[in-house]
Amino acid sequence: MTPPVEKPGDALDASVLPTFAFGPRSPMWWGTLGMIVVEGMVFALTIMAYFYLRSRSPAWPQESLPPDLFWGSLNVILMLLSGVPTGWTKRAAERQDLRCVRIGMAVCVVFGLACLLVRIGEFSTLNVRWDTNAYGSVVWMLMGLHTVHLVTDTYDSIVLAVLMVTGPLEGKRFVDVAENAGYWYFVVASWLAVYAVVFWGGRL
Amino acid sequence: MNIDAADEAQLEATWRDPPGWLGAISAVNHKTISCRFMVATFGFFVAGGILALLMRLQLAQPSNSLIGADRYNQLFTMHGTTMMFLFAVPVMQAFAIYLVPLMIGARSVAFPRMNAYAFWIFLFGGVMLYVAFFFDTGADAGWFAYVPLSTFKYSPTKRVDFWAQMITFTEVSAMMEAIVLITTILKMRAPGMTLNRMPLFVWGVLVTSVMVLFALPAVVLASTALITDRLVDTRFYSPEHGGDVLLWQHLFWFFGHPEVYLIFIPPLGFISTIIATFARRPVVGYRTMVLALIATGFLAFGLWVHHMFATDLPELGKLFFTAASLLIALPTAVQIFCWIATLWSGRLWFRTPLLFVLGFFAILLLGGLTGLMLASVPLDLQLHDTYFVVAHLHYVLLGGAVFPLFGAVYYWFPKFTGHLLGETLGRWQFALFFIGFNVAFFPMHLLGLQGMPRRVYTYPAQTGWTGLNLLSTIGALAIGLSVLLFIVNVARSWRGGVVAGNDPWSAGTLEWSVASPPPAANFNVVPVVHALSPLWQPGGTPSHVTGLSGEHREVLITSIADAEPDHRLWLPASSPWPFVAAIATTILFIGSIFSPWAVVWGAIPVAAACTMWFWPKQDMTQHRRSSEVPP
Amino acid sequence: MAIEEAPHHWVRRALFPACAAPCAAQAQTAIGAQDALRPAGIQAGHILQLWHGTVALCLLVFVVVLGACLLALWRAPRGSRQSPADLGTLDDGPGTRERRLLYAVAWGGALSSAGLVILLAGDVLAGRALAQLPVSGALHIELTGHSWWWEAHYRDPVSQRSFATANELHLPVGRAAIITLRSDDVIHSLWVPNLHGKLDLLPGRTTEIRVRADRAGTFRGQCAEFCGLQHTMMALQVVAEAPERYAAWADGQQRPAASPGSGSAAQHGAQVFRNSQCAGCHAIRGVAAGEGVRIGPDLTHLASRQTIAAGMLPNARGHLAGWIVDAPSLKPGVRMPAIALAPGDLQDLLAYLETLH
Repeated sequence: MTPPVEKPGDALDASVLPTFAFGPRSPMWWGTLGMIVVEGMVFALTIMAYFYLRSRSPAWPQESLPPDLFWGSLNVILMLLSGVPTGWTKRAAERQDLRCVRIGMAVCVVFGLACLLVRIGEFSTLNVRWDTNAYGSVVWMLMGLHTVHLVTDTYDSIVLAVLMVTGPLEGKRFVDVAENAGYWYFVVASWLAVYAVVFWGGRL
Repeated sequence: MNIDAADEAQLEATWRDPPGWLGAISAVNHKTISCRFMVATFGFFVAGGILALLMRLQLAQPSNSLIGADRYNQLFTMHGTTMMFLFAVPVMQAFAIYLVPLMIGARSVAFPRMNAYAFWIFLFGGVMLYVAFFFDTGADAGWFAYVPLSTFKYSPTKRVDFWAQMITFTEVSAMMEAIVLITTILKMRAPGMTLNRMPLFVWGVLVTSVMVLFALPAVVLASTALITDRLVDTRFYSPEHGGDVLLWQHLFWFFGHPEVYLIFIPPLGFISTIIATFARRPVVGYRTMVLALIATGFLAFGLWVHHMFATDLPELGKLFFTAASLLIALPTAVQIFCWIATLWSGRLWFRTPLLFVLGFFAILLLGGLTGLMLASVPLDLQLHDTYFVVAHLHYVLLGGAVFPLFGAVYYWFPKFTGHLLGETLGRWQFALFFIGFNVAFFPMHLLGLQGMPRRVYTYPAQTGWTGLNLLSTIGALAIGLSVLLFIVNVARSWRGGVVAGNDPWSAGTLEWSVASPPPAANFNVVPVVHALSPLWQPGGTPSHVTGLSGEHREVLITSIADAEPDHRLWLPASSPWPFVAAIATTILFIGSIFSPWAVVWGAIPVAAACTMWFWPKQDMTQHRRSSEVPP
Repeated sequence: MAIEEAPHHWVRRALFPACAAPCAAQAQTAIGAQDALRPAGIQAGHILQLWHGTVALCLLVFVVVLGACLLALWRAPRGSRQSPADLGTLDDGPGTRERRLLYAVAWGGALSSAGLVILLAGDVLAGRALAQLPVSGALHIELTGHSWWWEAHYRDPVSQRSFATANELHLPVGRAAIITLRSDDVIHSLWVPNLHGKLDLLPGRTTEIRVRADRAGTFRGQCAEFCGLQHTMMALQVVAEAPERYAAWADGQQRPAASPGSGSAAQHGAQVFRNSQCAGCHAIRGVAAGEGVRIGPDLTHLASRQTIAAGMLPNARGHLAGWIVDAPSLKPGVRMPAIALAPGDLQDLLAYLETLH
């Protein structure tokens, strides 16, 4: 970053400054962080509610079986794998490599859709309905919250992927791609927490 | 530092809102949004006040039949809900949205369109609640809606559903405003405004906004679980199915206690600002004040169980929360001592803003002390859910927030409108409000001790509570009269008051360096800051920023701690999409009161509106690309 | 669900045209004391002691802090818009006035901390005192909250008495009572301020409060957690009396309902009770109907109570008649429906109910 040149006299010349920036330099990064804090808190509180209800219950799960492990664990693998194209796309965006970004975004979208398909499998093998008991309700709430994030981030990624192909394009769009990738990391991290609680909370 | 008339006109044309009705829904200038927000929240304040007056008229006499049980239950629920969700928190955010950019030398807030969306969504949620109320579907389970009373089994009408959805509207609004404010404060301060040169009000807004991000999610979860319990039979709050009634209380109060500090901390910033100006010196102990704000914000999260002392939680746990509830008095006490020290060592100029701040001292102090009483478990067991608590909460909320807020209005009204509010009428309003407030609420301490519980629509004459209730009602009428005086003062002064000029108070912070009302771009020339009180202390070089475009809404982004110039951004100009997205969101939220499928189908127009909102315009992109400087 | 807000006197007036007297009587009828400032039991006494200490300390703080503020306002020189801002305050090094002001603030903070510690100590001591109520030989009462009335089951481990009642508790002076609290529907809260602080009745949980009346008297409690439409009308009568009088009362409660004399109006009234809707919700032990039913209050000893409708009305014939005939117009939202009875049946039913001492 070129430091601004101070003209003799008392003006600070901003015209030499960049017109976009990546990472914590960017307001967009902070906006995304704010969203992550909020959503992270919702997850954290829901997980606490899970353990709170569990502490009040003599048996857990309450008259139900824990969820089947297959689909959930498959999603863990898929999401961890998705970190690869995500990181690759993020770095491509930071060096403003349009071709790589286009490829990367397409791959990320494919992963997002795949995770959503697997999610359908998870819901169908949860072994409890949301209205059976409080255990079922909190499990569905955790899964539902995460699914909302998955859906919105996949949609975000689709919109960005299309935009990076059709344009109009400018430097700021690479920042958007980088932020979208960063947000996907949060979706993955929150999945690891939700998975642990939903799929193993009833077994341990 | 001035610029020539042509540049000034260009800047104005670039930053102002477009005309006409399309312009009205497309406006994103932070001052416009903020003024709408302030007017809306004040409207809700008056509505909530009228509801309170009706309650007081009913309680003025024993066994009164002015208002029956059902209507009364709606009144106290709507009063509390209005004041807490539709007035107290949003008004502070509204003031912050106006003042923060001006105080930090910025031309805008960080996300102007999201700011606009947050206003619309707030407005629609509040209007929805009142439309329901006018159709006899007003919320009636109390402003904190304890389960199981608020579950479908015991509240089978749509009343609680409208209440819970209003929460959704206002929580989304508050969280977005918090993100806007945090990002603005961290990334858009004028060069040279390091963190320790930031005005105390801005610190207060920063602390409050961070708190919002951690506190609001709890009510998001609580209300969402209530909505799903009511709509699709989840079992979070049904003990018969493994749920727990205290889960609601924990989640709600984990939000609810910090919420009162969301209401209290920005006014602490008002007070610091007003005292500094009217004591003609900066507040004593800047660093101490900042630490006190941060400590208050942090500790606020550790108190929530003191709302639950009458439940069966373990005694040792309750003791922890007693200790925390006592401890939080300390940072506030330290702030009060710093302010007294400032008054002690200043040259005092008595104007209405200072009078309201002095009102705060008396009233909040008393309210804080009754808070210490309520922090004690044994005392709370007698006082909880009685009129003593009603007295306490009004002393801290009106003393701690509304008095400073009126002071802030008298202080900044000249900046917003270019005219001063009438000083004489202001003093009358203050006197009537102060006296009326104490006459209305002090007796309630005694009523609580004498056995009067909360949320009762009447009482037998034999209890002996009549006299104090009647006195309280008279005080409430005096408060109403004082608010009327205020409205008259505003109406007369809006265009007809004494012309203010840039700086009627000869104050120290940046907002007073620009015209009243400020130009659309706030600053014709973005300043460089060299001191905590830039208008009082000598400047330095460089003194201002050049090189920002006047034809586009270009702002300077600086670094977090030291506000060193980092890069430039073009902020979006007016756009109707925040309004459209808010309409779509409203349809989704209101639809989901009636069917869960509204969430699915309603998401489609919301997604479409957000996509249009985001989708860049060809011509703007070309412009930016042609002048792009990569990092 | 639209709740009718009927004027609540017309029923009584329709039945008893010369009703002015009962209505006025309602306003004149003495009710129990309901006041935390006049403890009648040791628990409330401990709390009041803590209250006095706390008020004294808080009053001191209020006077000192407000005094300092007023003193500052009085002695500081006056300024105006023209007064230049005092920038000497920027220097807060050792020996400066600013430094002295900061020390004063620090002292204020230290003294405040000391005050808070004193308050905490007081709270801990009072809490300890409340928990240490001796409970050997205590009376056991199970209280279940309903919207909007109180169901009580007495279990006395000493005398082995066991009976059900509603809306009115009697306590022997000087003997502890352990009251377990449950709720049948929403959250309620038991609060008899002359005896103790309050405790919530939580559905799905059982809570316990320990009280002891230390002087005789009639006290009024009220539900203190908003529980719906008629939360205001959910009062509890508590009569503290000398142990012998209490024993007499408890013996009376223990007995099943007296059989009315054959051929009397009261006997016909008992039949009306059995044959109409009453027995579907109310129990009267000894009537071989409505046994064990708990939808409405146990009426076995209705005539021994001072009030009806959870403290809302005095227990007098006119009020009782109005309640039976049209409870929802007196207490909208109540679960008891309006009961249509022939006037003769109503009079006989009332005669029967009046025998239930």
